[in-house]
Amino acid sequence: MADVREILYEELNPLSTGAWILGAGGGGSPYYSYLNMRELYKAGERVRLIDPVTLADDDLVAVVSSMGAPLVGQERLRDPHFAAKPVRMMEEYLGRQFDAVMSLEIGGGNALQPLMVAAVTGLPVVDADSMGRAFPEAQMTSFAIGDLKMYPLCLADIRDNETIVTRAASWKWMERISRKVCTEVGSTAATCKAPRSGKEVKDWGILYTTTRAIELGKAVENARVAHKDPVQAALDHEGGKLLFRGKITDIDRRATEGFLRGSATIDGLDKDAGSEFRLEFQNEFAIGTRDGEPVATVPEIICVMDTLSGEAIGTETLRYGQRVSVIVLPAAPILTSERGLRNVGPKAFGYDIEFESVFSNGTQA
Amino acid sequence: MRRIGIDVGGTNTDAVLIHDDSVVTGVKTPTTEDVTGGILNALKNLLSGMDGGPGQIDAVMIGTTHFTNAVIQRRGLKPVAAVRIGLPASASLPPFVDWPDDLAGIVRGRVYMIEGGHEYDGRPLVDFDTSEMRKAAREISESGITSVGIASVFSPLTAECEEEAAEIIRQECPDVDITLSHDLGRIGLLERENATLLNACIIDLARKTTRAFTGALDQSGIKAPLYMTQNDGTVMRAKFAEEFPIYSFASGPTNSMRGAAFLTGLTDGIVVDVGGTTTDVGVLQAGFPREANNVVEVGGVRTLFRMPDLLSVGLGGGSLVQSDGSSIGPISVGHRITTEALVFGGDTLTATDVASAAGLIKLGDPTAVKSVEPTVRNAAINRIAEIIDEAVDRMKVDSNPVPLIAVGGAAFLVPNRLSGISEVLQVEHRGVANAVGAAIAQVSGEVDQVFSDMGRVASIAAATELAKKRTVLAGADPDTLSVVEVEDLPLSYVPGDALRVRVRVVGDTAPS
Repeated sequence: MADVREILYEELNPLSTGAWILGAGGGGSPYYSYLNMRELYKAGERVRLIDPVTLADDDLVAVVSSMGAPLVGQERLRDPHFAAKPVRMMEEYLGRQFDAVMSLEIGGGNALQPLMVAAVTGLPVVDADSMGRAFPEAQMTSFAIGDLKMYPLCLADIRDNETIVTRAASWKWMERISRKVCTEVGSTAATCKAPRSGKEVKDWGILYTTTRAIELGKAVENARVAHKDPVQAALDHEGGKLLFRGKITDIDRRATEGFLRGSATIDGLDKDAGSEFRLEFQNEFAIGTRDGEPVATVPEIICVMDTLSGEAIGTETLRYGQRVSVIVLPAAPILTSERGLRNVGPKAFGYDIEFESVFSNGTQA
Repeated sequence: MRRIGIDVGGTNTDAVLIHDDSVVTGVKTPTTEDVTGGILNALKNLLSGMDGGPGQIDAVMIGTTHFTNAVIQRRGLKPVAAVRIGLPASASLPPFVDWPDDLAGIVRGRVYMIEGGHEYDGRPLVDFDTSEMRKAAREISESGITSVGIASVFSPLTAECEEEAAEIIRQECPDVDITLSHDLGRIGLLERENATLLNACIIDLARKTTRAFTGALDQSGIKAPLYMTQNDGTVMRAKFAEEFPIYSFASGPTNSMRGAAFLTGLTDGIVVDVGGTTTDVGVLQAGFPREANNVVEVGGVRTLFRMPDLLSVGLGGGSLVQSDGSSIGPISVGHRITTEALVFGGDTLTATDVASAAGLIKLGDPTAVKSVEPTVRNAAINRIAEIIDEAVDRMKVDSNPVPLIAVGGAAFLVPNRLSGISEVLQVEHRGVANAVGAAIAQVSGEVDQVFSDMGRVASIAAATELAKKRTVLAGADPDTLSVVEVEDLPLSYVPGDALRVRVRVVGDTAPS
C-alpha cells in the first residue's frame, strides 16, 4: 500500500520558491505553474503525493514536462488540461492506464507540471524526479544514466497536433527528434516521456525531491519573514556553500545549438572584494571560476541569488548591477557517480575540466 | 533655459525654478483637494520674484503620486473590458487571475478571450477570430464600459492582432479609451496585460488630472510645454502621458533620488528621503536609482516595470513619539502636523518636536518644546538614529563607507553620523529634491522586441532606430538623442537566430 499524503495549499508557494532555486538558473520560473495550481486548489482540487518506495514494482508512472524556450513560456502560459493531454495520448498508445505521475525535473517550472496533470487526471504525484535540479537535454537524466529505454515519447501542441516518437536509437536521437517537433510547434510543447515502472523509479529516480523543494522554499520564506538572511537559510537547509558575493559587471549571452550559452562576471564585495568570479552557463549555470580557477562545476547545483531578497536569478534574468550571492548545493549522488558524470559532468557540457566536488569531505546529500 | 519642476504629493506640492544648471528658488505648499489650487499657489510663489514673468519659462515638468495612490487606495478607477487574443493558448490563466480580489472587483468589467495571436517567429498562432471580436465589441458598446485593454500573445513582436482589434472596437464603440499592450512593451503576457489593464482603469482619471495641470499652467500665464515624469527618471509630453499614466507610477521616489544627485553633484551613494509619515531609503548608482531585482507589484498587481529599489520605514516628521521617547511611529499626524505638533501650537509630541527640542531645526514656536524632558528627548533622538541606521544598513550590500544624502521635508531627522557612512550631506533645497529631480529630467523612449534572421548588428540597429523615433514622439529634441542602454538576449531552442533586443534612448526636451 502506497504511503500517500495531500499536498497542502500552503506548500504550493514554498514548492515554487524551492524549485526555482534548484533550477540552477534554468528551468523557467515556476510562477505560472504556481498560479495554475493556486486556481485549481481554490476550485477545490487537491493533489496527493506518494512516497516513491511504496510504489509497486509494476506500477506505471508517467514522466511529464513542458519542453521549450522559457521565453515562449512567458507568452504561451502553462495550462493544466494541455499538460495532461500527452499523458492521455500515452495511455491510449500503450492501452494501459497510469498509476501515478512524476516530474522530469524538479528545477524550475517543471516541478509543478505533475501537480497540474494530477489535478486534472486524479493521479497521485510521486515524490521524485530524474534530475534533482534542471538540465537542458533529455539524456541528462538519472534514467538515461541508468541506460533505461528512452521511448515512446508523446508530445502535444495546443492546436491539436499530436506526435508520438515510437522509437529512437539513443537518448541523443530522442532529444534531437523531439526538439525538432517542439521547435516546429512554436518552441513549447507538453510532453509525456518514456513511461517508467514502479521498480525503475525506485531504482533510478532521484527520490524525495518534491519534499526537498518544499522544505527549501519554506526555509527561505521563513527567513524572509523573520528578516534573517535568506541566502544563509538556503545554505543551512541544504548543507550548501557560499562561493562568492558581489555585483554583476558583465553579461554575455549567445544562442547556439538550442542552448542559451554565455557567461557573467561578478566583481567581489565585502570579503570577496578584489576578486572576480565568472559564471559559465548553458541554460543553467555550469561552471564557476574564481580569479581564473574553477571552484564549482556541474552536476553540483550552482545558484545565483539576490543577496538581499534571496530570490533566485535565472540565466535569462541576470542583469548588470545586480548584487548577488553565488552558492552551490550538493547534487544527487547518482549524478556525481562515474556513469553520471559521463552524462552530466563538465565534459558533457564541453568543458575540459575534471569534476571535483565542492563538498570533498563527503557531505553530499 | 528656465525650467520648473513640480512634485504633487499627497501632503505637499513642491516646486522649483531651475535656470540652466542652478536652482533659483524652491517652494513647498500644501496640496489642495482639487490639486490645481496647490499648483497655482506654488507657481505664484515661484514666479513672483522672477525677471520677465511666466513667458520666460521653457518647460514645466510635473511628477505626481496621484495615479499610483488612486490604485493603492482604490479610488477614481473605472471598470475595464479586458480583451485577450491568444486562444487556444494560455486559457487557464485568464485576465485578472493574479489581481487582489478587491481591486479585481472594481476593475474587472468584462473579460473576453478570443482565438488569435502569434508565435515568437511571427507566424500566426491560429487565425484571429474577428467575428468573435466584433461580437465582443458590440457587447462592450452596450455595457456602457468606457475603457478597453487589449493584449495579444507575442504582440511586442507582431502587433497586428491588437491593432485589428482596436479598429473593430473603434467602429463599434467610437468613444471608448483603448490601451494596447504592445505600446507598454515587454514580453511576458500576464505582466504586460496587467499593466495594460491598470493603465486602462486610470486613463480617465489621468486625462482629467493632466488637463487640470495644463489648465493651471494656462492660468499662470505659462506657455511652455508640460511634461510628466516617469518611473525611470525621464519625462514624457503631457499629451502622451494622458494615454500612459502607468509610466508615472513610481516617479516620486525616482525624482527625489535624481534631485539628490543633482543638488550634491554625487552620482553614487545612499539617499534617505524623510517625509511626513515615511522614510524611503534608496541607492544611487551612476546618478540613477538602483532598480529592484524582483518583480514589481503595483497596488498588489504584478508588472514587469523596473522600479527603484526602496526600503520604506514608518518614520517621518509627523511620527508620534511615545511619552518616554522609547518608541516612534509608524503612526503619524501626517499633513495635520501644522496644527497638531507642539511647535505649531498643538498638543501631540512628534518627531519634529523632538528635533526642535534638540536644536536640530528651528520651526514654529521653539518655546513650546521646553517642557520636553532631556531624557525623553535624548531617548527619542537615539531611537530615530537607530531606525535610520538599520534601514541604511539593510540597503547597503557591502561595508565600504559611502556618502549619504538626506532629502525630504524632514531631512533634519537624519543624524550626522551613521555606521558605514562616510559623510551625511544636508544641502540647500533638500526639502524639495523631488521637484528638482522632475525639473532636470530628460525624455526617453524604449523598445523591447524579438528580431529574427537579421543578425545581431542589424537587429540592434533596427531597435535603436525605433527607440529614437519613440523618444522624439515623447517630446525629445532629435538633435540631442543618446542611447543609454542596449541589452540583447538570444532565444534558446528557437531557430533562425532570434534575438530579443531592448534599447533605451534619452534626449533633452524639445524647444516649444
